[in-house]
Amino acid sequence: MALRAIAGKKTLTLGLGFGPRGAVAASCPGLGLRLRHVRGLVTFSLPDLPYDYGALEPAISGEIMQLHHQKHHQTYITNYNKALEQLEEAMAKGDSSKVVHLQSAIKFNGGGHINHSIFWQNLKPANEGGGEPPHGSLGWAIDTDYGSVEALVQKMNAEGAALQGSGWVWLALDKEMKKLKVETTANQDPLVTKGANLVPLLGIDVWEHAYYLQTELAVGLKLNPTGRLDQT
Amino acid sequence: MHGVSLPFSFACGVRSSSIRASPRSFLWPTPNERRKVRCALITAQFELKRPPYPLDSLEPHMSRKTVEHHWGRHHRSHVDGLNAQIAGTQLEEMELEDVVIASYNKGSPLPPFVHAAQVWNHDFFWQSMKPGGGGKPSGKLMELIERDFGSFERMLKEFREAASAQFGSGWAWLAYKANRLDVGNAVNPCPSEKDNKLVIAKTPNAVNPLVWDYSPLLAIDVWEHAYYLDYENRRADYVSIFIEKLVSWDIVSSRLDIAMARAAERAREDERRRQEDDVEITNSEAVEMYVDSDNNSESE
Repeated sequence: MALRAIAGKKTLTLGLGFGPRGAVAASCPGLGLRLRHVRGLVTFSLPDLPYDYGALEPAISGEIMQLHHQKHHQTYITNYNKALEQLEEAMAKGDSSKVVHLQSAIKFNGGGHINHSIFWQNLKPANEGGGEPPHGSLGWAIDTDYGSVEALVQKMNAEGAALQGSGWVWLALDKEMKKLKVETTANQDPLVTKGANLVPLLGIDVWEHAYYLQTELAVGLKLNPTGRLDQT
Repeated sequence: MHGVSLPFSFACGVRSSSIRASPRSFLWPTPNERRKVRCALITAQFELKRPPYPLDSLEPHMSRKTVEHHWGRHHRSHVDGLNAQIAGTQLEEMELEDVVIASYNKGSPLPPFVHAAQVWNHDFFWQSMKPGGGGKPSGKLMELIERDFGSFERMLKEFREAASAQFGSGWAWLAYKANRLDVGNAVNPCPSEKDNKLVIAKTPNAVNPLVWDYSPLLAIDVWEHAYYLDYENRRADYVSIFIEKLVSWDIVSSRLDIAMARAAERAREDERRRQEDDVEITNSEAVEMYVDSDNNSESE
């Protein structure tokens, strides 16, 4: 993947999780993490959504989508770029204290960027297939590992509701074990922090900002997948 | 439930801080934990305490809708969750602060911790605010702020930074820290009132500084549900308005008085214990420290 080559060369390998997303990026040019080179340092910019803000209603309101994308995701990207710039300076100066000090900001903001980039792609308007049950190899894998899509949804709902505080629920593929797994991560930790073998297939943002303006929705309802699941 | 006869209610241990005085209950300016008594079954239930002002009285800084959701749904669900989890356990008989500390389990929290801590945190939070709040502290509180932070503005700056830098969900605090060693029977070797100081802290999720043996004085909830309806993602604006328009410095001052009194009491107890130990040593029989062998007595 050309995208992966650029990222690998210039930046720290931050587990950008290009697996299935790489496939999506190849088939849908214009998506992806939007890299630019400035003075040799890669900077990131906000990816466009492949649908209008209001296209996911009534499941997710246009208001939430716009805030989530333009404010939250943008803020993560802005702060991620800032942290990377500071990191580059600190590394050039050999300032180890600063390098170490920046790690939590990079993890948080970089993770926020990774996770949300995946999230937008997991969703699709209903009239484009969003909400349809998975087919093909993914559907087969879900039936094998969880019995049924309903059982998987139930498990993800339970994990999401049990998560105390802010975080994400993931449907992941364990590359080594060749099995599907449901995982949660705290705050903006990307899935890779739970295991280097884990490839994110579906991520659900359970930070309150993801649903709070539609407070009549309980978290349980929110977790009914409204989007197309990536095919593996 | 009314209609409970007096002798019965005593037997059921209607809670008041004089009957079950635990040092921590002094942290509560209004020790008024009413216990529901249900028929013949004695259940110690924590109740959802109302904020000490009408739910719409913090407008426009914190909307009625926010307070209704925050208190009526989030806070309430923690109270219900806590009661369900501690029913039938020994935690049921304890004061809330003690439940928090016990369930924190020195850093490996047990299931009731989140609910217990969040009940405590939210009670504390509502009481930290008042309609027409803001302004500046005075008296001993202001004195200590200026001593420990340089100025009121610098303290606020640190508080704002803590609130913003708490990634994800959590709380920011102003707390009183009495320097104590937390090692079994160890005693602070050179205690001094100057070691006791004000600190700013931030905690993730449900954690609060009680678990570090601090005395919290002021809290701001930075979970998104606390500000999202009114401020969306603009946490910094929410924190500023909280400081300028909502904080009740009176309550913070009274909490400080209680915390300082408690720290002084503990210091006196430690001193007393130390003196008792000294007396014991002087009065006890001389203990042989080493075995003298007959044919050997090496001189220095």
